Amino acid sequence: MTSFCAPRIKQPGIKQLMLGLSLIGMAWQVSAQTQVNDAWVRATVAGQHSTGAFMTLQADSDSKLLSVQSPVANTVQVHQSSMKDDVMSMSQVEFVALPAGKPVSFDPHGYHIMLMDLTAQVKEGDKVPLTLTVENAKGEKETIKVDAEARALGMQDHSKMH
Amino acid sequence: MSTLYTRRTVLQGMSLLSLGLLAGCDDSSRLSFKYGKDLSDKIMGRTFKLKDAQGEYRMLGSYRGLMPMIFFGFTQCPAVCPTTLARAAQAKKLMGRDGERLQVIFITLDPERDTPQMLDAYVKTFDPSFEALYGTLEETAATAKEFGVFYEKVPSGSTYTLSHTATSFVFDSRGNLRLGLSASLTAQECAEDLLTVMEVC
Repeated sequence: MTSFCAPRIKQPGIKQLMLGLSLIGMAWQVSAQTQVNDAWVRATVAGQHSTGAFMTLQADSDSKLLSVQSPVANTVQVHQSSMKDDVMSMSQVEFVALPAGKPVSFDPHGYHIMLMDLTAQVKEGDKVPLTLTVENAKGEKETIKVDAEARALGMQDHSKMH
Repeated sequence: MSTLYTRRTVLQGMSLLSLGLLAGCDDSSRLSFKYGKDLSDKIMGRTFKLKDAQGEYRMLGSYRGLMPMIFFGFTQCPAVCPTTLARAAQAKKLMGRDGERLQVIFITLDPERDTPQMLDAYVKTFDPSFEALYGTLEETAATAKEFGVFYEKVPSGSTYTLSHTATSFVFDSRGNLRLGLSASLTAQECAEDLLTVMEVC
């Protein structure tokens, strides 16, 4: 086994080395393209049909969040809340732009992920699996899986609403 | 003569009594709030009649002696409803003992999907004293109109969401509308203005 491997290590072909390096480079790029931080879901009461998921996304290059999926909800949509004259409006968006290096917040007051037609009650402390699909400017798609923590429904938000 | 005198005394007593009440609970005067909007001159929300979780009809008079704070929303609302209810629970705590007189009332704008039991469990998650009210579609529309609350269904794929007014309406303990709290205020700011309402009545 050793004798078989040894000659390969001693004489690495330049082509192989390049291939190896580029593979490492690709792997690193894929894993580091979009960071997901502080993902959480608001817990529900029994019978409640939908809830929101919140997080901060940061992409390395100009990208966009295309869609989100979760086993806890039959429908997942990305929504945007806006407040005008103290009227809260919500609308579905096609995608959310993630400019290179800039953290984009998904919180109750702006963009957020709607988990609709829930398959079960989301209880405080549950880990809610989310699968995010992000596309970069070259049209390459990246799939990110995160477990969002379910936080108490009655929790006071830290951020002030504006 | 003596009967007339007695009657006069009674009348005088009554007018004195009402003067005293007026000084303590001035119905008409405007209030100056630090953060919220003074609604003292608005005639709104006086005749609603909706059901609570037990199916009993509740109206403004049901909360006499308490300070009702009314907020409209729906349980599928991801943002402003839980945020506002959590803020109300926080403000109630910040008010200390005075907070015991604050009665938070959540009126659903989505009676088609919000069942009474679910509504009750939902509001009580924030504070066990909170109440939820619901009506038929017509009663809901009439109540919202009475408060000047805007709401509309927004189709969203196979389902819908609601856009709605996020103001909390506060009445004094005699049932006079006093204060409108916008969704942008903090719990501390709300608590300060709520205490101002309590000073009046």
